[in-house]
Amino acid sequence: MLEISELSVSYGAISALRGVSLRVGKGTIVTLIGGNGAGKTTTLRTVSGLLRPTSGSVRFMGEDITRLPAHRIVARGIGHVPEGRMIFSNLTVDENLSMGAYLQKDKAAIARNRDYVFGIFSRLKERLRQTAGTLSGGEQQMLAIGRALMGEPKFLMLDEPSLGIAPRLISTIFERIIEINRDRGIAILLVEQNANLALEISTYAYVLETGHVTMEGASADLRKNPQLKAAYLGG
Amino acid sequence: MTEFLQQLLNGLSLGAIYALIALGYTMVYGVLRFINFAHSDVFMVGAFIGYFVGGLLPHGTFWGGLAALAAAMAGCAVLGIVIERLVYRPLRGGPTLNVLITAIGMSLFLEYSGQLVFGATPRAFPAIFPAKVISLHGLIISMNQVTVIVVAAVLMVGLQFAVHGTKIGTAMRAVALNPKAAQLVGINIDVVISFTFGLGSALAGAGGVLYALNYPSIDPLMGVVPGLKAFVAAVLGGVGNIPGAALGALILGMVETFVDGSRWSTYKDAIAFAILIGILLFRPAGLLGRYRAEKV
Repeated sequence: MLEISELSVSYGAISALRGVSLRVGKGTIVTLIGGNGAGKTTTLRTVSGLLRPTSGSVRFMGEDITRLPAHRIVARGIGHVPEGRMIFSNLTVDENLSMGAYLQKDKAAIARNRDYVFGIFSRLKERLRQTAGTLSGGEQQMLAIGRALMGEPKFLMLDEPSLGIAPRLISTIFERIIEINRDRGIAILLVEQNANLALEISTYAYVLETGHVTMEGASADLRKNPQLKAAYLGG
Repeated sequence: MTEFLQQLLNGLSLGAIYALIALGYTMVYGVLRFINFAHSDVFMVGAFIGYFVGGLLPHGTFWGGLAALAAAMAGCAVLGIVIERLVYRPLRGGPTLNVLITAIGMSLFLEYSGQLVFGATPRAFPAIFPAKVISLHGLIISMNQVTVIVVAAVLMVGLQFAVHGTKIGTAMRAVALNPKAAQLVGINIDVVISFTFGLGSALAGAGGVLYALNYPSIDPLMGVVPGLKAFVAAVLGGVGNIPGAALGALILGMVETFVDGSRWSTYKDAIAFAILIGILLFRPAGLLGRYRAEKV
């Protein structure tokens, strides 16, 4: 479904990604783990067109999308729940969701997607008229995911969905991520600080260190890997 | 009392014109975080379009006046969009200072091209709207003032609807809040920015015609002072904040008019600006502005 090959990105003179290659198969959950500054967010932002790579390519469903502008990439069916949620804080929950469906012309599809979002995050329905900035961290994360789902993506990238969220809500959100993947068949690329959790729900994983992939394999295998255990899984 | 009402009316119509200009400054700042100094010259072009189109139509009729107004708005919308596309867009992504300096250059370019094309001599603006004067218990109400206030009010209500009631308006607010997130939901930022320039410039064009109705002498440098005042009004209200710009403009128009009618009239601008400085000392983000923590 998604195929990144030899992707390099730099911020001015500093190179952030150096020849990263990874793939996400149809209907799978793949995770990208690594420390701060390893290049996880940069990878996602390059896929969604917010950053331009210096070399390498991104292919989605067999087509090259490397240099398309961000809004055209969204139109192809790639959703991105960005780091720090980036909800539109001055807009209402309702307006945030309708912005998620910005490219959707079909009213029936919008209504269907809204129902789906309310089905998995019922709290959003209760807070529809509320300004998004007044929601709790967990609710904002739900809104950010809901907003991305309104675009009816075929492939969804989630950047640190557990960051800054009350521990009891983290498990809810991860259950929903599994549900989204299972029920809607949406392929997921998950970037996560919490490597234990990420390896638990994914089938395949990549470890990113200082801009390149240092390890990859089935998530079940990586969980047993002693090196990885020492570095990311707390021994 | 009559004197007070009279000044209130005058202040309201002056403030309404400042508001129409200030809205464009504040909207562009909202989405691009820079002050479009050429905005005051778009206002001037609006007055000239009104002058030429109004000259072709029968004077003193509502439909003629409204047609000239619509032409000025449409012409200025196109001008604003073209300026952004050709001049500001290539600089996007670079340092804000570059765009700011370019905007000053664009402003001078329009002013002096105006002198080249229209000549520097002031021209008398035709009375395109019915110019009746009504006297009510000593209160002198000119139809022009009524026209200014009504047209400005209608345009501001329309703007409110455009910004809050339409998809592109909501997208504009989304871009102003977070351009990255806006792109991630599929909003084409270029389209939203063009829309913002078009909308702001159309309002400035209307402002130009309405200003010329009340002060019927137009020349290519006419935008400088009202433009500066409107900019101040936008800052006073909290730059980037739409209701703030309208509020700031009304306050500025009122203060200026009331001081002008007093024995300190020579110092009207000084007093207006002193009030501005005073307000900004206590509310640095403007009356309705809020400091937002920039999230990274």
